[in-house]
Amino acid sequence: MTDGRPRLPGRRRQLAFAALALAALFVACGGDFPQSSLRPQSDVAREIDSLFRGIFWWAMGVLVVVEGALLFTVFRYRERPGAARPKAVHGNTVLEIGWTIAPAVILIFIGVPTMLTLWRIDGPPPSSDVRVEVVGHQWWWEFRYPDLGITTANELHLPVGKTADVRLRSGDVLHSFWFPRVSGKRDLVPGRENSLWFTPDSVGVYPGQCAEFCGTSHALMGMRLFVDSPEDFEAWAARQASPQEAEGDPAPAEDPMVTAGREIFFGAGGCISCHAIRGTVAAGVIGPDLTHVGSRSTIAAGLLENTPENLAKWIMDPQEVKPGNLMLDMGLNDEQAGQVAAYLLSLE
Amino acid sequence: MERTSTGVANEKVLMWTFIGSECMLFGSLIATFLAYRDRSLVGPFEEELLNIPFITVTTFVLLMSSLMMVLALSAVQRGDRRGSGLFLLLTAVLGLIFLGGQVFEFSHFAHEGLGLGRNLFSGTFYLTTGFHGAHVAIGVIWLLTLWTLALRGRLGPEKSVKVEVAGLYWHFVDVVWIVLFTVIYLMSGAAAV
Amino acid sequence: MGTYSGGLWSWITTVDHKRIGILYFVSSLFFFLVGGIEAMLIRLQLATPENTLLTAQAYNQLFTMHGITMLLFVVMPMSAAFFNFVVPLQIGARDVAFPRLNAFSYWLFIFGALFLNASFFFGGAPDVGWFAYANLTSSQYSPGHGVDFYILGLALAGAGSIVAALNFIVTIINLRAPGMTFMRLPLFTWMTFVVSFLIILAFPPFTISTVFLLFDRMFGTLFFEPSGGGDPRLWQHLFWIFGHPEVYILILPAFGIVSDVIPTFSKKPLFGYPVVVYSGVLIAFLGFGVWAHHMFSVGLGRIANSAFSGLTMLIAIPTGVKIFNWIATMWGGALRFKSAMLFSIGLVAMFVIGGVSGVMHSSAPADLQQTDTYFVVAHFHYVLFGGSILGLFAGVYYWFPKVTGRFLNEPLGAVHFWLMFIGMNLTFFPMHYAGLHGQPRRTFTSPAGLGFEWFNVVSTIGAVITFVAVFVFLVNFIRSLRTAPTAEANPWEASTLEWSIASPPPVHNFDRTPEVRSRDPLWHDGIVLPAAEEVFHMPNPSYWPLVTAAGLLVLMTGALVGLPLVLIGGAVAVVGIYGWSFEPIH
Repeated sequence: MTDGRPRLPGRRRQLAFAALALAALFVACGGDFPQSSLRPQSDVAREIDSLFRGIFWWAMGVLVVVEGALLFTVFRYRERPGAARPKAVHGNTVLEIGWTIAPAVILIFIGVPTMLTLWRIDGPPPSSDVRVEVVGHQWWWEFRYPDLGITTANELHLPVGKTADVRLRSGDVLHSFWFPRVSGKRDLVPGRENSLWFTPDSVGVYPGQCAEFCGTSHALMGMRLFVDSPEDFEAWAARQASPQEAEGDPAPAEDPMVTAGREIFFGAGGCISCHAIRGTVAAGVIGPDLTHVGSRSTIAAGLLENTPENLAKWIMDPQEVKPGNLMLDMGLNDEQAGQVAAYLLSLE
Repeated sequence: MERTSTGVANEKVLMWTFIGSECMLFGSLIATFLAYRDRSLVGPFEEELLNIPFITVTTFVLLMSSLMMVLALSAVQRGDRRGSGLFLLLTAVLGLIFLGGQVFEFSHFAHEGLGLGRNLFSGTFYLTTGFHGAHVAIGVIWLLTLWTLALRGRLGPEKSVKVEVAGLYWHFVDVVWIVLFTVIYLMSGAAAV
Repeated sequence: MGTYSGGLWSWITTVDHKRIGILYFVSSLFFFLVGGIEAMLIRLQLATPENTLLTAQAYNQLFTMHGITMLLFVVMPMSAAFFNFVVPLQIGARDVAFPRLNAFSYWLFIFGALFLNASFFFGGAPDVGWFAYANLTSSQYSPGHGVDFYILGLALAGAGSIVAALNFIVTIINLRAPGMTFMRLPLFTWMTFVVSFLIILAFPPFTISTVFLLFDRMFGTLFFEPSGGGDPRLWQHLFWIFGHPEVYILILPAFGIVSDVIPTFSKKPLFGYPVVVYSGVLIAFLGFGVWAHHMFSVGLGRIANSAFSGLTMLIAIPTGVKIFNWIATMWGGALRFKSAMLFSIGLVAMFVIGGVSGVMHSSAPADLQQTDTYFVVAHFHYVLFGGSILGLFAGVYYWFPKVTGRFLNEPLGAVHFWLMFIGMNLTFFPMHYAGLHGQPRRTFTSPAGLGFEWFNVVSTIGAVITFVAVFVFLVNFIRSLRTAPTAEANPWEASTLEWSIASPPPVHNFDRTPEVRSRDPLWHDGIVLPAAEEVFHMPNPSYWPLVTAAGLLVLMTGALVGLPLVLIGGAVAVVGIYGWSFEPIH
């Protein structure tokens, strides 16, 4: 849609097109943007994206026409020596009515699709294939699948082609749930439940982030969306739903690091006062549920890759990694932290 | 009075404009009160507490004070020194009686367990009526100041605009109370008798 | 300069609208530097991903204070500087309606601004954003005093704004010279009038919401406390009922300035004067009905969202009309590109960009992707920097000769303009892309690998250039103050009344009150001076406004320190009010 394209003479016309092309280039391609709202991968995100592109071209048209008129006026009517004083024109009713109506007409072309899109995406979900409850915390995400008996953190798995029915709550302050590739934002408001739905249509991993300022480490409240094939999702869900210890008691050849880490985790480390691991005595509710934490790709709300070194670093000095968060420095030394990390990573 | 473009004294235009601003102030309080109506999680609740007959009496007192205000202005404009002082004093005293009623009401509520932070009703009620009470209190001080001027014979007809402006304020504060009386008390679901 | 003679005491006790205007201007310039340094620190931190120049805590304080400072301590007081200096001159008055109240407004503003900034030295500035959304501001989640400074400082400054606005409304209604009808008012005076109404109507809801917050924090009420049934969204509604009109409070003065500057330097009267006036009024009116477009992601439901979407789009119409009328004013004119005109044209060009991106997020579904991203940051900086700041600088270059009797250097002015124009575009244009590609606002760091790197590098370079531009202005400003006063009464051949008297104007402005016969009186022999000498009295200087404001400052400080100080402050304020009331005016 380039309906607003300017009709300008010669050089200026070329200039205008060059500017337009440049703008389009920037928006359309130019680099890898894994969190871009312009790379939609769901029905809802595509609807928003096509609405936005329509509005964008109308806006570009207006922009080019108005800036063109301004530039033309500025160059054409500069003061020339010896010229007579310009005629005092006080107005022109027809012209003024014209440029009142013109924007109104353009607004109809923007407003009607807006309302139609809004009506489709901002209502109840068309179906509710996967139900997810999201609880925002300073500064991490809790994801629960009430139908699957899964509680996990910071990494959301969804099957491709199925509509996710997402319910949003907050455990403390305002947050906003935002995976730009699959949906617009929806705030998590303390004391009430919000909802959101979308149907991801491409397998992949998409980053997301809290989009409402929520305190000191708001910037570090990331998350990941894994859109899995149906089989992968089934497999993931089956494993996540199983309690940790049901996978069998420690294998005979268990790494002594893991054994030592488990002891600290359930004992001197004090970890279980905040964290839960399903199938064990650990049932804390303040921090993220660590059941199958070893299967996650990142820790600390998308901040760090889930490696032994990073886990140990996090356990040693959580305040350094994420200022202001609720996790305490439990006074573990290097070795102990490494052992706890080894234990956690064993929880696949 | 200085020459003005409209012929209306600056002080009066100021007060009218100020009243416009005050409407938004009380409007915000009333809107909040309405938004939080019946959303208290714990008691005591408004219908258990509000004593409509009592407040009807103090409302009547406040309305009468507006009448006294009208009489005071008229006395000042006539140059009636005795009347000016008398009616200004009466206006202030009736305002004080209203405030006394509010103090009684607040302490009664507090006695019934409605602390400031008890529930949503307590916060909205105390702040909304408290803001109004503060306005009445300021009005009373203003009126008493005018009264002392009147006693000393410094409030002749040429100064009547001072009284007129105070009157505008006073009437506005009364009108706000009529709205609050309706919104908080009459619409509360409390038993009328 | 007889107008400004006298020592420090004469400035402290002044009630002269011209001097108060200068006080506002110098103060706002100071805070412009403060807010600019905050912006520079922010941009330096964001120049590279995962930068560690600033801590999270420091960054959050800086972006909060940058917003508050630029909006409330720069754009508003600089607008007020022009309201003060120019409006009485434009309507043919000798002062504002209530000169001492005017001084009081200034003292409240400066005390509020200093008080709030003092928080940096007393345990940390507010770090919750200028919007200070509940319930992050509760004593549980913000236990420090930052939020208290926010509440109390803005209470002082906000009261100052309301009082000043009341004063200007009365002044414009009542102090117009004979023949200066409303439809002959210069556009700047008109916009001052409109903005004053916006201030008196928009600030009270904000005052109330901060009072609620204060009571929540200090006395345990539950207004924004979810566990007690309170709703954090209440704050959002009350805040934006203030916050959106506030946007027009920030931009309409600039619109007024360019509506006066463009005709002057085009040698043509404003095209479609009544329509420009009415569209300003309409923008202000609609501004009260669109607050929830800041809340599309809150989940108010599709009915509310579509209503607020539609109403917001309507604002584009009167805004567009203004733009077209400015262009039409220049059309067929004889344009002189003095610095004031450059900044005015810059405003038109930049505001259009901010306007079209505004239309983009008036569409609620589109906004669900854009809100709280750098796209919005880009949008409102085009509006507030490209609009308000450029417009205010147009006013600085335009009225500087009238205020001081001297000229700002024109070549340096052009350098200032072009550096600022290039700098702001480099800073803010890439933010459109960063935002659409998913960079959220208010983050002290961003992870590498999301593709934002180059956008942020360019933005930071642009910020440096903008900062240099401000420096050029300061050099120009200080140099020009030292030049010889050569400005005549009407150096720009402008048409409005302020140019009919000497530069700088005498203390009493007009020897004889002019009678106005046309909309552009200086172009059409539209002034008739009365034959008879006039007898008039200028108001005496007074220190009571300062005493009263200082009492309120002590009272606010007491709210943090302890009850005795509250009582002392209150007592001082009461003494101040009584001293003021019984002091003879003339």
